[in-house]
Amino acid sequence: MTKIRIDLPLDVEKIANLKSGDSVLISGTIYTARDAAHKRMIEELNEGKTLPVDLKNQTIYYAGPCPPKPGDIIGSIGPTTSGRMDAYAPILLDKGLKGMIGKGYRDKTVIDAIIKNKAVYFGAVGGAGALLKESVVSVEIVAYEDLGTEAIRKLEVKDFPAVVIIDSKGNNLYETEKSKYRKSTEDRNWG
Amino acid sequence: MVRINVEKIKQAVYDSFLEINCKLSQDVTEAICTGFESEESPIGRAIFDDILKNNSIALEKQIPICQDTGMAVVWVKAGQEVALVGGNLNDAINQGVREAYKDGYFRNSIVSDPLNRINTKDNTPAVIHYEIVEGNHVEIIVSAKGFGSENMSSLKMLKPSDGLKGVIDFIVETVTNAGPNACPPFFIGVGIGGTMEKCALMSKQALMRDVSKRNADPFYEKLEKDLIKTLNGLGIGPMGLGGTSTVLGLNIEVFPTHIAGLPVAVNMCCHVNRHAKTVIRGEIYD
Repeated sequence: MTKIRIDLPLDVEKIANLKSGDSVLISGTIYTARDAAHKRMIEELNEGKTLPVDLKNQTIYYAGPCPPKPGDIIGSIGPTTSGRMDAYAPILLDKGLKGMIGKGYRDKTVIDAIIKNKAVYFGAVGGAGALLKESVVSVEIVAYEDLGTEAIRKLEVKDFPAVVIIDSKGNNLYETEKSKYRKSTEDRNWG
Repeated sequence: MVRINVEKIKQAVYDSFLEINCKLSQDVTEAICTGFESEESPIGRAIFDDILKNNSIALEKQIPICQDTGMAVVWVKAGQEVALVGGNLNDAINQGVREAYKDGYFRNSIVSDPLNRINTKDNTPAVIHYEIVEGNHVEIIVSAKGFGSENMSSLKMLKPSDGLKGVIDFIVETVTNAGPNACPPFFIGVGIGGTMEKCALMSKQALMRDVSKRNADPFYEKLEKDLIKTLNGLGIGPMGLGGTSTVLGLNIEVFPTHIAGLPVAVNMCCHVNRHAKTVIRGEIYD
């Protein structure tokens, strides 16, 4: 499969060109954030504070890495299940977030917010943390260091492999591909 | 009588966790390769390719296959002739986990309280199950259980009238709901019967079994095979992006149950099914 190279940050034009099912290689800056960082970001917004990172046109990677071995900059870092961030994602999309990288279903509120804000949801291969680590060029903790693996890290990535799952029009690869391989269960003979 | 120093058990726990987080067992690796060969979807094949590359990198560099190095689950099957000496067994097991996760540069993923969520920073405590069995040895089974898949596991107390169809429908429903969230292709542990907690434990134990070996009872052997076929027909495929390989292995464990009940538990596991068994022989003493 041909892979499309994307340089971050995303913009309206780049996002409009991305279609559900595209295989991409992402390069540029991404921010890691998962459960605890999302919870804290939203709590701080509710308290009237500003986000620790300006998310305008930015991309969040739902991930919490392993610690680096000596000589490494980061440990294995694959995607975590995105659905746990569904309660928070629409708020961040309204704040300018354009890309999310994770794995698994998104709920309707997130898909609606993706369409409304012209954003995009990428899937990375879950359980492939050792492979995905290879594309991380630099790492810096930029917020919530006390959260350990759940701190917000600014990563520079080079050719990070992903697939466009939900594009800015709301096309959802989880729905379109599954039906192609679904076999009838009519022939089940369970007595 | 024979005895075993708990230090040996700590060492077995330590060695096992260091190994399983970076290297899959032979049966799991073979199941992944078989799944790859049969996969019809181009996206699915590309994902299998990434998974195999990932596992080679992890093995070669001795880094975790997946960043979710899991919650440590330890099964101790202690022979009833064995005296365990040299300290507190629970502490020894947790120390083995603590040292392995530190020395292996594995992620600490455990919070001390489910609601007041503070990371314990050493991946302890482990979930420890004890069983007393015949004999003069101790068997230690360990698993590093990732929560992407654990979260999509499910248990239901069916009615006896729901029968086999009810059991199958519940398994199909659980796997369908798990979809991409639980990182397919899957390994699936199923418990049927017992009480609620026995059923849940069996579903976890089923995941510890060699995935290439079917249930010894011909009825359940056939059910395992039929379920694998049916679940692969769901179309979920690798990472839920469509395909013919959704399930790489499915083991069923059963136990007698009550006249009023039909418990079923489905423990989902991603393709990174990490488990190992060590047998420690006791030393004879007077």
